[in-house]
Amino acid sequence: MSDLTKLTIAQARDAMRKGETSSAEITSACLTAIAGADALGAFVHHTPEIAQSQAAAADTRIKAGDAPDMCGIPLGIKDLFCTKGVPSQAASRILEGFKPEYESTITSQLFDAGVVMLGKLNMDEFAMGSSNETSVYGNAVNPWRRGGDDTALTPGGSSGGSASAVAADLCLAATGTDTGGSIRQPAAFVGITGLKPTYGRVSRWGIVAFASSLDQAGPMTKDVRDAAIMLKAMAGHDPLDSTSADLPVPDFEAALTGDIRGKTIGIPKEYRMDGMPAEIEQLWADGTTMLKDAGAKIVDITLPHTQYALPAYYVIAPAEASSNLARYDGVRFGHRAKLAQGDGITEMYEKTRAEGFGPEVQRRVMVGTYVLSAGFYDAYYNRARRVRALIKQDFDKVFADGVDAILTPATPSAAFGLGEDMSPIEMYLNDVFTVTVNLAGLPGIAVPTGQDKQGLPLGLQLIGRPWEEGDLLNVAYSLEQSAGFVAKPTKWW
Amino acid sequence: MSIDTETARRVAKLARIKVEEDALPALASEFSAILGCIEKLNEVDVEGVEPMTSVSPQRLKRREDVVTDGSQQEAVLKNAPDAREGFFAVPKVVE
Repeated sequence: MSDLTKLTIAQARDAMRKGETSSAEITSACLTAIAGADALGAFVHHTPEIAQSQAAAADTRIKAGDAPDMCGIPLGIKDLFCTKGVPSQAASRILEGFKPEYESTITSQLFDAGVVMLGKLNMDEFAMGSSNETSVYGNAVNPWRRGGDDTALTPGGSSGGSASAVAADLCLAATGTDTGGSIRQPAAFVGITGLKPTYGRVSRWGIVAFASSLDQAGPMTKDVRDAAIMLKAMAGHDPLDSTSADLPVPDFEAALTGDIRGKTIGIPKEYRMDGMPAEIEQLWADGTTMLKDAGAKIVDITLPHTQYALPAYYVIAPAEASSNLARYDGVRFGHRAKLAQGDGITEMYEKTRAEGFGPEVQRRVMVGTYVLSAGFYDAYYNRARRVRALIKQDFDKVFADGVDAILTPATPSAAFGLGEDMSPIEMYLNDVFTVTVNLAGLPGIAVPTGQDKQGLPLGLQLIGRPWEEGDLLNVAYSLEQSAGFVAKPTKWW
Repeated sequence: MSIDTETARRVAKLARIKVEEDALPALASEFSAILGCIEKLNEVDVEGVEPMTSVSPQRLKRREDVVTDGSQQEAVLKNAPDAREGFFAVPKVVE
């Protein structure tokens, strides 16, 4: 078989079972593709020996019959996941040299299912960023370029390496994590599918924490079917994560009938932002038409507190981050600053954290410290949590009124240039359509449905009811089929 | 709300991040810009709304109060920048 790296998970699964190819062959094709793709900056730690031995084991298991769907599938793993004995540093200098003595629940579930790990993927430092430019490893680069222009573009963030690697066919799929849009925005920027599950659907144990009430891992895949297959392998109750839900994991792939007749799709008027590019507006209108033509009922809905989501997020996420990142103190793991004569433990903390954290992480830790400090806790943190409750109520009402899924743009623009001059707040606006979903704990998926004038991919977002990822994936599957997005970046790397 | 240099210094201290004196004014102005955007939350009527503690109404699960883990001193110390005689080592904290 040719072009083994271009296979979807479903195609690879079926081909391996028919004996048309093997995990060893696909894995070796991926390793070759990765070796020739340094310019993308996607893989930051390579694990070819682990990959080859996992592939061999997977092939034995497939031959024996009755192997799980994900058996033998080569994946990239975001650097935020702790992987035993393999560097896991959240793209931060402060975790330089850190090799976990344990395996995250998700990677261990994936390995139990026979998955092959090709290596660790680039990301924004501690998942804080929307362009992958805050990484200690340097930028990940989007495999897409504007037509007739070789400006390097961002693959989005924070799961930028995952997005770049999947779009460039370096791996069949990748893990991502999403705190405010970090799976869905990069997926949209590179023309792939990215799913953030319902909060609690997958375990957070062993994933470096950013904002614990918002963080959720999910699949980043070449299509919707693959997202369904991979989510099943990632999901499930974990006693090690007290917020993981003790609910059965359905067969998400079986939900993909493509039949959405009679489903009600909500179009929220508040997502029509001032100054929205005409192309995004058109993409959204086209997507609405596609769902309507497929037999869904389209209704206008209102989510009145939408405009307060970003400000609430930029209180809650930094507040939780400042607590979570307090553990990086130079004592138990990672970087410790060299101390001067007479320096005590306070100087050790302060110097270690100044050297170990990059500017954006420092900024967020300090903003979080401020909003949690005495005298401001009520004014900022508690107010933001109240607004968060109202944002969730907006969604609850819409779902109670019979809406099955909500269609919105995934991002306010196509991928932008790396190194473009942006203030932190301009950068934060990237999350404007995605962040509400994290605040309300809902499942959301980005699906590529079109291209802008310069040929860059654009995506739409579907938001579903809590715990109903199967239904959400089915609406996404219908949208995917109608949109027929098959474009691929032209190889330049 | 505008953040002054003194507040920026205090926040950096609370966060245990060393910020050089000459970097404080720029930091203060960044904080001011971010907090300025957060001020928008003051427009919302939150009277009678409970602060959200969890997005899903589930109760946290309880487990048997038994030892499930432990006796992994070597693994725990493995990544320490400075471990001696089975302990984490840090600069002197008691005079």
